[in-house]
Amino acid sequence: MSMVDRPYLAIDDRPSTIDTSMPNAVELINLSCHFGSVRAVDGVSLEIRPGEFFSMLGPSGSGKTTCLRLIGGFEQPTAGRILLFGQDASRLPPYARDVNTVFQDYALFPHMNVRDNVAYALMVRGVGRAERYRRAEEMLEQVKLGGLGDRRPGQLSGGQRQRVALARALINKPRLLLLDEPLGALDLKLREEMQIELKALQRSLGITFVYVTHDQSEALSMSDRVAVFNQGRIEQLDTPKRLYEHPRTEFVARFVGSANVLEGSIIGLKGKYALRPERIRVQPGHHGGPGCLAGELLDVHYLGSQTRYEVRVGEQRLTAITSSDETDLPIGSPVTLSWDPSALRELEVSR
Amino acid sequence: MPSKPSLGLRIAFITGMLFLHFPILVIVLYAFTTEDRTYQFPPPGLTLKWFGEAFERQDMWRALLLSLEVAGMATAIALILGTMVAAAIYRFEFRGKDVVTALLILPIALPGILTGIALLTTFKRLAVEPSFWTIVIGHATFCMVTVYNNVVARFRRTGHSQLEASMDLGADWFRTWRFVVLPSIATALLAGGMLSFALSFDEVIVTTFTAADQKTLPIWFLNELFRPRERPVTNVVAVFVMLITFLPIVLAQWLTRDTDDLHGGGKTS
Repeated sequence: MSMVDRPYLAIDDRPSTIDTSMPNAVELINLSCHFGSVRAVDGVSLEIRPGEFFSMLGPSGSGKTTCLRLIGGFEQPTAGRILLFGQDASRLPPYARDVNTVFQDYALFPHMNVRDNVAYALMVRGVGRAERYRRAEEMLEQVKLGGLGDRRPGQLSGGQRQRVALARALINKPRLLLLDEPLGALDLKLREEMQIELKALQRSLGITFVYVTHDQSEALSMSDRVAVFNQGRIEQLDTPKRLYEHPRTEFVARFVGSANVLEGSIIGLKGKYALRPERIRVQPGHHGGPGCLAGELLDVHYLGSQTRYEVRVGEQRLTAITSSDETDLPIGSPVTLSWDPSALRELEVSR
Repeated sequence: MPSKPSLGLRIAFITGMLFLHFPILVIVLYAFTTEDRTYQFPPPGLTLKWFGEAFERQDMWRALLLSLEVAGMATAIALILGTMVAAAIYRFEFRGKDVVTALLILPIALPGILTGIALLTTFKRLAVEPSFWTIVIGHATFCMVTVYNNVVARFRRTGHSQLEASMDLGADWFRTWRFVVLPSIATALLAGGMLSFALSFDEVIVTTFTAADQKTLPIWFLNELFRPRERPVTNVVAVFVMLITFLPIVLAQWLTRDTDDLHGGGKTS
């Protein structure tokens, strides 16, 4: 169970840990959880395969966290069933499930030192002191916190607390780890480091991760598959690539990678279409020609390697992102937008 | 930049402190006087003989013992009931929770004379003879509030996710209580208990309504004031009572001083 002794760059060359011969790690069957009149989770069905890195992505209030808490046993379903590794777990209390959780606020026990926090699951199971401290130290080494066992959680930095929470949740060697926005409280640089580490950890342990986040780039970069949640339902469940390249609904198109949603009428088509900003070409002046749209430049944001243009076309406002070059387009000037027809993705009419 | 307080502020401060503590100083001083009838100043002489006399007084010892028993028992009841109520209020959402919370605080806001009359009437109606236990019940009403206040405040500071984390790691309700809840409210229980004890120990009004002929220490004091023959003895006992009630309160404050805030931050969705 050594964590990251191989270089990060090799991550994508390694074989996937997904095993299709075993029963699903998680199976939600028409699961609902209502709080009074609020339908937090409203008829969700999904299957998570063993060894998969599965993300639940959505804005706050979309039901992703409630869904995770249902899997962990912290909420009771109003309807539907939860299977964990083929066994019905719908009514099992948290302590009877082979699942551990990394909480958003870490939920470390402030009255215990780090070692006792990590060893808690072993202590509860009656493992002797020497054995559980040995394993806690091992686990702390693995999350790069060796030697900090005597500290109190209050004496650690945010990133260190996050690692303690991770070590504590992993010490029982669960087959399924739930992570509720675990990086939400960390700053950007630390978050990016932890993303890489978490992914590497998941690969080397070979356990199933269910990861809740509202950060779409986090979900895309780490996951095998992503479920996009909206108003208690799954809008789309796909690989990150399919999700980005083939968003099915306007919500997904906008939420994942903020696509332009085009009214078909302005290009002589029916329905609505998603168009990624980086697929649009921007040229100065007005040109005719097939597949070209004339517009007016509203705003320019120079981002270094890229430049973002806000363009008004008729009633619509479109965002285009291009590689930066020497051209300077003044605001208010006429521009022509064009794109490859294959860049357009027709969207389903929203429910 | 540290600045010195102005002269006016200093005078105000000293006046305030004198106002609060001068009477106490008087009592301490006249526990040592050789003159037993009047508070003549300065005392004609200082002596320790009143300490000896106070210790000889069997009625004082009986009153002290009774007070300790009542305070101990009322505190024990308050600890159990107060914690249970705090846990319920913290754990569950229900209709009228605000009203229930207000009703819980009421006994400590209610004038003691009302609590006393209410209890007396109730005991009469139920044909319960005033006894040691009626005093204990009377005291437990306001002691419970103190415990409740301390414990519920601690519960609110303890993230609910700690309980979930404990159960997530394999602990059932009982073990979660034993290993997570109890250690985190331990000092709140101790503080609440000590305050309760101190409150009960010097309670007069409710006691006069709920006691039969038992004399708790404060009642004994009142009676002594009508017999001014050995006034310094009362002062000696008063000094002891001050110590007995003052120490727990200081300890309680020290125990509930701010602890680390452990939340990772971030919003909940």
